[in-house]
Amino acid sequence: MKEGLTVDLDHRQGSFRLQAAFDAPPGVTALFGRSGSGKTTLANIVAGLVRPDRGRVSVGGTLLIDTNSGVALPRHRRRIGYVFQEARLFPHLSVRQNLLFGRWFAPRAEAGAEFGSILDLLGLGQLLARRPAGLSGGEKQRVAIGRALLAKPRLLLMDEPLASLDEARKAEILPFLERLRDDTRVPIVYVSHSLPEVVRLADTVVVLDEGRVTAAGAAGEILSRLDLFALSGPREAGAVLAARVLRHDPAFGLTTLGTPAGEIHVPQTTVAVGSTLRVQVHARDVMVSLTRPDRVSALNILAGTVAEIGNTLAGESSLTVRLDCSGAPLLARLTRKSVAELGLSVGMPIFAVVKSVAFETSHRPPAVREG
Amino acid sequence: MGELLRPEEWTALRLSLLVATTATAASLVPGIAVAYLLARGRFWGKALLDTLVHLPLILPPVVTGYLLLIWLGRRGPVGSFLADQFGIVLSFRWTGAALACAIMGFPLLVRAIRLSIEAVDGKLEEAAGTLGASRAWVFAAVTLPLILPGIIAGMILSFAKAMGEFGATITFVSNIPGETQTLPSAIYTFTQVPGGEAGAMRLTIVSVLVSMAALVASELLARGIARRLAA
Repeated sequence: MKEGLTVDLDHRQGSFRLQAAFDAPPGVTALFGRSGSGKTTLANIVAGLVRPDRGRVSVGGTLLIDTNSGVALPRHRRRIGYVFQEARLFPHLSVRQNLLFGRWFAPRAEAGAEFGSILDLLGLGQLLARRPAGLSGGEKQRVAIGRALLAKPRLLLMDEPLASLDEARKAEILPFLERLRDDTRVPIVYVSHSLPEVVRLADTVVVLDEGRVTAAGAAGEILSRLDLFALSGPREAGAVLAARVLRHDPAFGLTTLGTPAGEIHVPQTTVAVGSTLRVQVHARDVMVSLTRPDRVSALNILAGTVAEIGNTLAGESSLTVRLDCSGAPLLARLTRKSVAELGLSVGMPIFAVVKSVAFETSHRPPAVREG
Repeated sequence: MGELLRPEEWTALRLSLLVATTATAASLVPGIAVAYLLARGRFWGKALLDTLVHLPLILPPVVTGYLLLIWLGRRGPVGSFLADQFGIVLSFRWTGAALACAIMGFPLLVRAIRLSIEAVDGKLEEAAGTLGASRAWVFAAVTLPLILPGIIAGMILSFAKAMGEFGATITFVSNIPGETQTLPSAIYTFTQVPGGEAGAMRLTIVSVLVSMAALVASELLARGIARRLAA
């Protein structure tokens, strides 16, 4: 039996058909795809809210449903911590009672997150006596996450937990989710159509499109594939690099990161030297040069080769090129004209140029909390 | 000022309160169960159950009372069985009056509770299920507290109906002072005798006061619950 989540389903709902099979190792698995791709249906099947026509789901070695052998755990015995798009807090209970709701039904013997540590992790200490109606959207969602975690779940299933929030509330919750990923040992399935969220959180990415799995694998690998842009749109496309913080340079406000592609300089972060993080390099921020540029303002110049040249649709002026920088993938969005004039072809040595100010790191200073 | 009410009038008031309270209390659990079935259930005969529950609302009360008398009277098929096997006699007893009132108020009780069950967000119940609550626990810990205002409204309606019920009661259990003579029956009796106007008026005022008190109590309860949900 596998440790993480194993899914193999065939389910029809009206004219929509979900046919999905994948294995997700422990850690954070992002179920990524545009709306209508079947993400929520899949999540509902895992949680036991929807019964699949045919299929099999297991979590951490426990069979939740198998239509072949007739196994079907009812939802209340699956122990899937489901965090919904809307918080779904119980309006007649206080925040404390909401948080402890699942704990009441969870097996006593099972080890689980401690109440106090969840309060700290999610910053809920001040809210305990309040009622859900008096909470902001961000606070509600934090309580919902805490409630799911305290039920001692086998798996935390988060269905676009940030979708109903504005950008400021998202920025407030994302650091909590990162701490959750790093501090708890509960495997997490994170359903999302937001590439930045997936980049920041996921270890594994499963891409769903029209009810089918079109790609599944390690985050870094999947997120730099050219064929997946259709899902996120070219504006958001970009490679994701695993990085380690090498040093800070407070004089210039920069941090130096070591990545497989080479050292890169990014705006200073608060992350301690030695820790790891992920950076996304948007394809639109990458320039390609045939010779190593000198006397140029951009601080990051990475040597590599052309690995793949993407297709252009008729009428489009630009295309995406995948670069291989010492084994690490990097994407560049270039005009067709540039590609033609430089005569780019697969295997050609090039230099990728990225301005430091273009970098998005996944660890920003923590957002200001709501009062 | 002498006594507010005469002894037999006190008896009628006490009896009415006893009958109405008993009728409401006894129909509460079946009322919630039927309301839940009608709101959530999908089963054969649901339309029939719905019709049956609402029938007392549409039938002339005398007809309901007469049907009760036929079935539950001493010689009725159910009545004789209850009397022989368990020694339970309903006809011409206050318990029979309570039964008649419960049946007459049942559609009102069920309707109020059913509407509030239909208004409960099923997503909350789903969430409770994923948190480990079985169906019974979901009902007890989530559904029931959320439909409390509806339950209270239904109970008040049922109680008020029972306080005012006349036709079915008088047909089924007659109008026996001290046993089955409720406020409406007593008022009716006063209007049938010369010089009974003062007594009828006293009991009418009592009826109005009891009804108003029930209404105010329900309003206060509902407000308290609404405040708890909103704060």
